[in-house]
Amino acid sequence: MDLLSRQGLRTDGRRSDELRRIRCKMGVFNQPDGSAYLEQGNTKVVAAVYGPHEIRTNRSKASNENAVINCQYSMATFSRSERKRRPRDNKSAELTLHLKQAMTTAIKTDLYPKSQIDIFVQVLQSDGGNYSVCVNAATLALIDAGIAMEEFVISCTSSLANGETPLVDSSNLEETMGGPSLTVAILPISGKIAMLETSQRMHINHVEPVLSEAVRGCRYIYDKLNKIIKKHYEEIGSASNWGTEE
Amino acid sequence: MRVTSKTFIRKTKRGNILKIVREHYLRDDIGCGSKVCTKCKLNTEQPLEKIVTVNNTNFTDKHYLLVDTNVVLHQIDALEDDTLKNVIILQTVLEEVKHLSHSVYKRLIDIIGNYSRCFYVFVNVYHRDTYVERFRGESPNDYNDRMIRVAALWYNKHFKGTIKVLLLSSDKVSKAKAIDEGIPTMSLEQYVSGLNNVTLTDKLSNRTCMVEETSKEPIFPPHLTPAQIHQGIKSGKIMQGTFFASNDNFLEGNVFVEGQEKNILLQGRENLNRAINGDIVAVKLFTEDQWSAPTNLVIADYDDLDLENDRSINETPKERYPTGQVVGIIRKKWRQYCGIIQHSLVENTNRHLFVPAEKKIPKIRIETRQYDKLKDQRVIIAIDTWPRTSRYPLGHFVRSLGKIGEREAENEVILLEHDVPHSKFSDQVLACLPKETWTITASDFVGRKDFRNLDICSVDPPGCTDIDDALHCMLLNNGNFQVGVHIADVTHFVKPGTAIDLEASQRATTVYLTGRRIDMVPGLLSSNLCSLRGGEERLAFSCVWEMTPDANIVNSSFTKSVIKSKAAMTYEQAQLIIDDQDQNTPIATGLRQLNKFAKILKKRRMDAGALVLASPEIRFLVDSETRDPLDVEVKQIKETNSMVEEFMLLANIEVAKKIYSDFPEFAVLRRHPKPPPSNFESLVKAAAHLGVKLNVDTSKDLANSLDKAIKLDNPFFNTMLRILATRCMLQAIYFASGTKTYDEFLHYGLAAPIYTHFTSPIRRYADVLVHRLLAVSIAAETTTPELLDKRKIETLCQNLNVRTRMSAYAERASVALNTHIFFRGKIRDEEGYILYVRKNALQILIPKYGLEGTLFLSPRKGQVQAATFTYNEEEQTQRCGKIVFRTFDPVVVQLSLDSSNVQHERIVLKLVKPEILNFSIPSTNVSTCATTAQQSQKNTEASESSLQPQPKRAKI
Repeated sequence: MDLLSRQGLRTDGRRSDELRRIRCKMGVFNQPDGSAYLEQGNTKVVAAVYGPHEIRTNRSKASNENAVINCQYSMATFSRSERKRRPRDNKSAELTLHLKQAMTTAIKTDLYPKSQIDIFVQVLQSDGGNYSVCVNAATLALIDAGIAMEEFVISCTSSLANGETPLVDSSNLEETMGGPSLTVAILPISGKIAMLETSQRMHINHVEPVLSEAVRGCRYIYDKLNKIIKKHYEEIGSASNWGTEE
Repeated sequence: MRVTSKTFIRKTKRGNILKIVREHYLRDDIGCGSKVCTKCKLNTEQPLEKIVTVNNTNFTDKHYLLVDTNVVLHQIDALEDDTLKNVIILQTVLEEVKHLSHSVYKRLIDIIGNYSRCFYVFVNVYHRDTYVERFRGESPNDYNDRMIRVAALWYNKHFKGTIKVLLLSSDKVSKAKAIDEGIPTMSLEQYVSGLNNVTLTDKLSNRTCMVEETSKEPIFPPHLTPAQIHQGIKSGKIMQGTFFASNDNFLEGNVFVEGQEKNILLQGRENLNRAINGDIVAVKLFTEDQWSAPTNLVIADYDDLDLENDRSINETPKERYPTGQVVGIIRKKWRQYCGIIQHSLVENTNRHLFVPAEKKIPKIRIETRQYDKLKDQRVIIAIDTWPRTSRYPLGHFVRSLGKIGEREAENEVILLEHDVPHSKFSDQVLACLPKETWTITASDFVGRKDFRNLDICSVDPPGCTDIDDALHCMLLNNGNFQVGVHIADVTHFVKPGTAIDLEASQRATTVYLTGRRIDMVPGLLSSNLCSLRGGEERLAFSCVWEMTPDANIVNSSFTKSVIKSKAAMTYEQAQLIIDDQDQNTPIATGLRQLNKFAKILKKRRMDAGALVLASPEIRFLVDSETRDPLDVEVKQIKETNSMVEEFMLLANIEVAKKIYSDFPEFAVLRRHPKPPPSNFESLVKAAAHLGVKLNVDTSKDLANSLDKAIKLDNPFFNTMLRILATRCMLQAIYFASGTKTYDEFLHYGLAAPIYTHFTSPIRRYADVLVHRLLAVSIAAETTTPELLDKRKIETLCQNLNVRTRMSAYAERASVALNTHIFFRGKIRDEEGYILYVRKNALQILIPKYGLEGTLFLSPRKGQVQAATFTYNEEEQTQRCGKIVFRTFDPVVVQLSLDSSNVQHERIVLKLVKPEILNFSIPSTNVSTCATTAQQSQKNTEASESSLQPQPKRAKI
C-alpha cells in the first residue's frame, strides 16, 4: 500500500506537508483549575490541570525551590476500534514520563515552591500522534489554569513514507504502515527541543528531513493555537469589555 | 478543504470485527488537467492537449476519453497504442486496476509516464465535486461505476461543451445509466472501429468473439468459483500450487505444492483444464487407484497424438505418482508471448492460430486482418480468455518484431522471452556518467592507497573488454608473500539512488548473447573507465593478503586503491609466460607464484568436498560481417583459468566473512543449497546399471565417487556423469543474511560455509551491493538508508535471482539459435552419447556442439517403420534385436536442420552407428569431410577478424 500516491496525495487526501484539521476548546470543565479539549483529525484529547496546590501525596518529594509536576496519561477504553481493557498500562506509564519531561521544561517551577501541579490528559479517540496531541492539550490546559510558563510546548509527529518522503502529522494508518516515525516537542519561540523520540531505528540521513518537517508542523500548530487562545480570551474578556476596548 | 470520514468494517486475523473510521479530506485544488481550462490550476506536467484532432467517424465532436476499469484491464494493449491520446484516468480506476492486476497497473503507469501520450490522472476521490459517498448496501463495483459516471458528468459540465468527454465502457448496465445521465458513452470497440486503424483493431482483446462459440459443446470441465476453491483449500480437499507444463509433452504437467514431497502429476487435456505454464492453480487429487506415471512420450501437438496412444496412458505403470485435476486457476501468470502465426489452410479468413516460441505455452487463436503482412513475422500476442468451448486460448495481436530468421528479430525474441531489459540507456542514466575524458585527479587519492608501482596484471578470456579483476604477488622481506586481488571500483561511479544505480539494479547482470552483449552499466563504464585495462590508471577495490609460502593467510586487509595494470593478458598469454622459464620479469615470477598458490588452494578446496562439475560449453567463431557462426569450439580450460578462479573464490569468501561479521542482518550473500537426495535418484540408478556406485550423501562423497567413476572404454563417461550431476543441483541464490540461519548459508558446490560475489561489479549488481557494504565496513564510505534495510535488500536479491536465471536461459537460447544457423544446409555425422532413455526416444548429447537432441525410436504419425524397439523401464534400455541402448552409450548420429517448422527449427538426429537394419542410415562422412575442409579454410581467414562473442568465466 502506497502511503503517498504518485499524485502526491496521502491516503486521506492530504499532501505530505499538510496537517490534519485542528479544533479546540479551552475551559471545558469547571472543577479543575484549567482544562482544554483538542482534536487533531480523529485524535481527540482532553486535558485537566489542578494546581498549584499544597503537596498532598508523597510529601517527601516536596522541594523548597521548585514545584512538583505530577502527570498522568491515559487512554479511554473506548478510544480505539477495539475496546481497551484498562485505561493505563506500561505504554502509558512511559508516555506519562515523557509528558512530565516536556512540560517541566516550560513551566516556571521556581515560582511555585513547596507546591504541586497536576496534569491529567486522556485520549478520547486515538488516530495517530496521541502523545503530540496530549502535549498540545496540556499546554492549553496549563494556560487556562493561568500557570506561568516560559513559553508554549508544542509537539508534532512525522513519519517516513516509501522510505524517502517525510509525512507530517501522521495518522494511525501511516504510523503503522510506514517506516519509522519521529515525535518532537519544542519550545517554538526559542526553538529549544523539549523531547525527541523515534519509534524505531532511523537512518541518519533521514533524521534531518523528518525532524525539520516535524518542527515545521510544530510551528504551524503553534500559530494556530495561539490564534485560538487569543480569540478565546477576547471572547471571555469581552463581557468586561477588555479586548475590544483600546 | 472539507473533511468527511470514511467508515468501514473489517475483520481482523483473530476474527474480531472492527469498525474503522478514517478521515477523508476533499480538496478544491485539484485541476481538470486540460490546457483548455482557464479556471483550474494546471498541476501536471503533461496536460491534455488544447487542440484535439481525432477523426472518428463514430464520434465527430472534439473530445477527450475517459476509460473505466474494465477497459483498462482488458484492453491495455490497445491503450498502449500511440493512436489513443488525451485520456483521463480516474484515481478510482487506477486503484481498482492496481487491486485487480499488478502487471496491467505497471503498464498503465508506464503509459501515464509517457508525456507524449497525454494521459492525465484525475484524483476524483479527493475532489470536492466528484466525491460521492457510498450508499448503504451498494456493492463496491457499483460504487466505483457511479464514481466514474459522476466524474464524467462533472467533466462534461466543467468544459461546458467546448470539449466533450467520452466515457469508454463495456459494461452494459453502467453504459445505459451513463447515457441516461447524458454522458457521451460508447464501447472501446465501437470507438476504435470509427478510427479505421487496422493495427489498433487487431490489438483489441478477443473477449467478444467467444460469444459465437458458446453454442458448441464444452471441451473442458468448468472451473470452480473462488469461494468454492477457498472452501476446498480450507477443508484440504483441494490443493494450491504452481503449474509447470512438461517440456516434452504438451498434455502433461506438474503442480508443485509447497510442503508436498512429490509434485502432482496432471495428464490429458481435461485434467490440465486450461492451466498455462506458471499459473497458480487449484488441484484436486484423484483417489489412489487412478494415479498414474509420466508417459515418457514426446508429444508436441495434437497432430502428433494418436488417439489410441492417448488411451494407453492407463496401462498400469510400475511406480505411481499422485495424479490430479485442475479445478480452478487461482492466479493467472499470463504474459505476452513471442511467436509466429501458423500458416492457415483456409484462405481469406481472419481467424488464425498463433504458435508461441516457448513450447510450454499452448497455441493461441487470434483474429487479424493483417495476415498477409504478419505471416512471415515474429509477433507478440497476449491471451485474453480461455473459454470452456475452445480448444485453444483466445488472444490478440500486440506488435510485430520483424522478419522470421533475421538476427535482430530472433535476438529480440530471445530477450523478450526471457524478460531481459535491453532498451537503450535513458538520458537520465547517461547523465550520471562522468565525461569521457575523465582521469584520476589528486582528490581521488584521498582515502585510497597508491598501488600504481605494484606489478599488477589481469588475465581474462581473449576479446574481453570489461576487465573487472587484476592480480599481483610479491615476495616480502620475511619470506612471506603479498598477494593482491584488485577489483574495478564500480561504486565510485554508480552512487546509490541515482538513475544509473536504479537501472543497473533492474538489469542485475550483463547478458552475453553470441555476438551481442547487453550491458548492465553503459559502455563508457563497463569497457573503459571501470575496466582495469593494461597501462592505465584505474580506481580499484583491493583485497591484500599476506600469505605464507604454503598459502596460509597471515593477515588480510581491504582497501580502496589506485592501480596501474602492467599488462592485460589472455589465459593463453599468461600460460605461455608461466611455462617459459627464461622469463624472470616481476610479472612472470608473480604469476608463477600465484599459480603455485592456486594449486594449493584448489587442493584444499577439493579436500573440503568442492565439486568439479561440467556443462558442455561451447563458443562460436562468428563472421565479422554477417555475424553468422562459422564454427564452434569447446571452451578450453587452461591452468591459468583455474588460477584466476581460485583467487576470485578466495576474495569472495574473505569478503563474505568480513561483511557478515559487520552486517549480520543485511549482508548480501550467495548460497547454494544442498540438493535433496531425490534429485539424484535417476542418476544413481543409471550409473548403477553400469556398475558404478555413486555416493551422494555429502558433496565430498559425491566428489570422490565422481572422481572414481572412470570407464576405460568410454573416456567421455566421467564428463557425462558430471554433466548429469550438474543437472541434479539446485540453483545458487543471493539472499540477505538476516533472512536465513548461518547453517543455511552453505555453498554446496564450493563446499564453502559462507560465500558472496565481490569480484565482478561491472557485470553483476550483487557485487555492487557487496562493494558498498565492504566500503562501509572499512569506513571508506558512509551508509545509505537503502543499504541498511533488510526488506529492501531481500527484494533486490530476489530480483537479482530472477534476472540471473533468466539471463542464463537467454544465453543458452542464443547458443541454440546460433547452432541452428550454423546447421543451415549442413549435414554432419558426429559422435554422441545417450543422456536419457525415454519410452519412444533417446536423448543424445553431442559434446562437440554442446548440443542435446532427441532421436525418435518409434515412428512418427503417418510413417511406417520396420524396426521396432522394446523399452525396458526397469533397466532404462531400448532394445532392437541384438542392439541395446543404455544411458551413457556412445553412438554416431547424423545431424541436420529441419526447417519445415519455421518457428521451431530443430536439429534432427538420425542414427548412423550402431547400424540397425531399416532404421539407421549410411554414413555421410565423405560429404562432411568436404564441408569441414572448406569450412576450416574459411575459418582461418575469419578467425583473425572475427568478432568473438564475449566469453566469460564459468559461473562460480
